[in-house]
Amino acid sequence: MRSRRTTVLWALGGLAIVAYTILPVLWIVSLSFKEGDDINNRKFFPSEWSLDNYRTVFDTSLFTSALRNSVGISLIATVASVVLATLAAYAIARLEFKGKRWVLSTALAIAMFPTVALVGPLFDMWRSLGIYDTWLGLIIPYMSFTLPLAIWTLSAFFREIPWEMEQAAQVDGATPWQAFRKVIVPLAAPGVATASILVFFFAWNDFVFGISLTATDRARPVPAALAFFTGESFFEQPTAAISAAAVIVTIPVIVLVLIFQRRIVAGLTSGAVKG
Amino acid sequence: MASIRLERITKRFPGADAPAVDSVDLDIADGEFVILVGPSGCGKSTILRMIAGLEDITEGDLYIGDRRVNDLAPRDRNLAMVFQNYALYPHLSVYENIAFPLRLHKAPDEEVEERVRRSAQMLELEELLDRKPSQLSGGQRQRVAMGRALVRDADAYLFDEPLSNLDAKLRGQMRTEISRIQSQLGITTVYVTHDQIEAMTLGDRVAVLRKGVLQQVAPPRELYEQPVNLFVAGFIGSPPMNFMPATVSGTTLELPVGRMEISPDMANRVAGHEVLIAGIRPEHFEDANLLDEDRRRRGLVFSERIDVIEWLGSEQYAYIPFEAPEQVRRPLEELATELDSEQIRTQLVVTLDAESRVAEGEPADLWLDPSRMHLFDPESGENLTHGSGVDARTLASA
Ligand SMILES: Nc1ncnc2c1ncn2[C@@H]1O[C@H](COP(=O)(O)OP(=O)(O)OP(=O)(O)O)[C@@H](O)[C@H]1O
Ligand SMILES: [Mg+2]
Repeated sequence: MRSRRTTVLWALGGLAIVAYTILPVLWIVSLSFKEGDDINNRKFFPSEWSLDNYRTVFDTSLFTSALRNSVGISLIATVASVVLATLAAYAIARLEFKGKRWVLSTALAIAMFPTVALVGPLFDMWRSLGIYDTWLGLIIPYMSFTLPLAIWTLSAFFREIPWEMEQAAQVDGATPWQAFRKVIVPLAAPGVATASILVFFFAWNDFVFGISLTATDRARPVPAALAFFTGESFFEQPTAAISAAAVIVTIPVIVLVLIFQRRIVAGLTSGAVKG
Repeated sequence: MASIRLERITKRFPGADAPAVDSVDLDIADGEFVILVGPSGCGKSTILRMIAGLEDITEGDLYIGDRRVNDLAPRDRNLAMVFQNYALYPHLSVYENIAFPLRLHKAPDEEVEERVRRSAQMLELEELLDRKPSQLSGGQRQRVAMGRALVRDADAYLFDEPLSNLDAKLRGQMRTEISRIQSQLGITTVYVTHDQIEAMTLGDRVAVLRKGVLQQVAPPRELYEQPVNLFVAGFIGSPPMNFMPATVSGTTLELPVGRMEISPDMANRVAGHEVLIAGIRPEHFEDANLLDEDRRRRGLVFSERIDVIEWLGSEQYAYIPFEAPEQVRRPLEELATELDSEQIRTQLVVTLDAESRVAEGEPADLWLDPSRMHLFDPESGENLTHGSGVDARTLASA
């Protein structure tokens, strides 16, 4: 049993960490509600709560198109990447084939590649291929950087699922595909959720590719678009508007985490085999 | 329902030098209950998995009914299997677990409902249908696994040590249950087990395996009374059969506990073997003082000092150490390691009537029934007295 003292110490430590991480977020939230010159009020809270900044942000086509791009690109990249990773991870976990280790280590190497080193060449290639400043032009790099991570995460989950689960399904009359879909995928759901979140966050938060591989509203995602924000007048800093935009793009992240948290934590396989 | 026929089935795993299953021939009749037994690693599961189609067959032919099924996928063989660790689907309720095979076969909802209810009723699972496997006890999970198999109209049912994870009491209950269901439904069943009692009580026939080689296939009683070799004799029975060194000269058989005459026919069979291993089951000994004169005369009476006595109420076990020559000790030690028995093989275990008043550390007059004695070749392990017409009964007492 832990003593009272250590419990208190742990609680204090935890509180410090939470405060450290959440204060900047709260600061941004507060900024986003400050109107006009109020951002210089030298107080934590706005003198008067206002939704002006949000109105401004949603009236700016720069932001709305960027939001549409971000949502679309991130979702497509996530779905495509997770589907591919699920199939690949299943093969890696279940099948013996030549070059399996090679696939895994190459995947890891790709994941460790510095993104900035690739941006230059990609820029040139995308221009000659004609996919510069398109959704596809961003989806491809997002997928190639997130696939390795997703494959590693998912194959770890697949390995945990007893082989016999699937064999039982086959004896019960399932085709290999049915066994995969009806037994393996539901059991790997926490893994799929984890992988989806990782991929989505990567795509959603990306700045480097977003700013280098786009030129216009056609494909520019929110993090890149924020850099192009200007204030009401040329001399005014758009801090408050940027804060409002930042708050808006943070919301999906929080919602996703809340939705998937339970699935990720739940040990779905308990009770599968002898307890 | 269908019969299952294995013809010279062999399984070689890549990288292993010895085959895991070696040229096994086995004919399982329609509706028959066959048990596969043998020590750990002898290939029981491998055989079952080859029948189910989960493992490729290296050589030989497998027939279900009249159809050769070597190359059929598991789903096309129409067999049901209960896995050693149940392999329930954790994300499905008990109801959906049992319904799973029916749903795969696209059975209409009413039929699924009816059949799931029926098998749930048979296995007393009705109250548990809404639960998830993780909310069940070991015995309940086991029953769900059985339900998932029995709900189907499979051609045959395969069980891989289904009771090995249960405690003794539950195991006893489930054993009776399986036996009842099998005879009620008359289904073709292949059942793998480690357990002596399951092997002897459940099956119509028992197949004994050793290192992938089939030793003997026979009804439990025949297996017990007429083992073909030392391995089967030592494997079946608890406490195990006693093995003693024996030497023959002419028609005289000499045991550590005394000597006796054997019939000329028997002498012929064992001719050429100077040293033999004599095997007698513990219950074929008796306290000589409890026997009438007639029976006494038909057996060999000897006097030995009793080392230890275990009194069990209904009967008692007496332990008597003896010396064995190297020639005999070696095969017996090998047998002991193979069978995983801790039994020191150079002592007799004797089952005596609970009435017997023999005492620890004192000599006692014991009697053995020579008509129940087996003689084994120490080299090959073969039972030289097996199938000798009236069996070992041709042995004449001195
Ligand atoms: N996939 C495999 N690859 C290589 N060898 C294997 C494989 N599966 C089983 N074996 C070997 O085949 C032999 C038979 O295994 P099997 O599982 O059939 O034994 P068993 O009789 O069921 O044992 P137990 O009673 O312990 O379950 C063993 O020696 C085992 O090591
Ligand atoms: Mg086994």
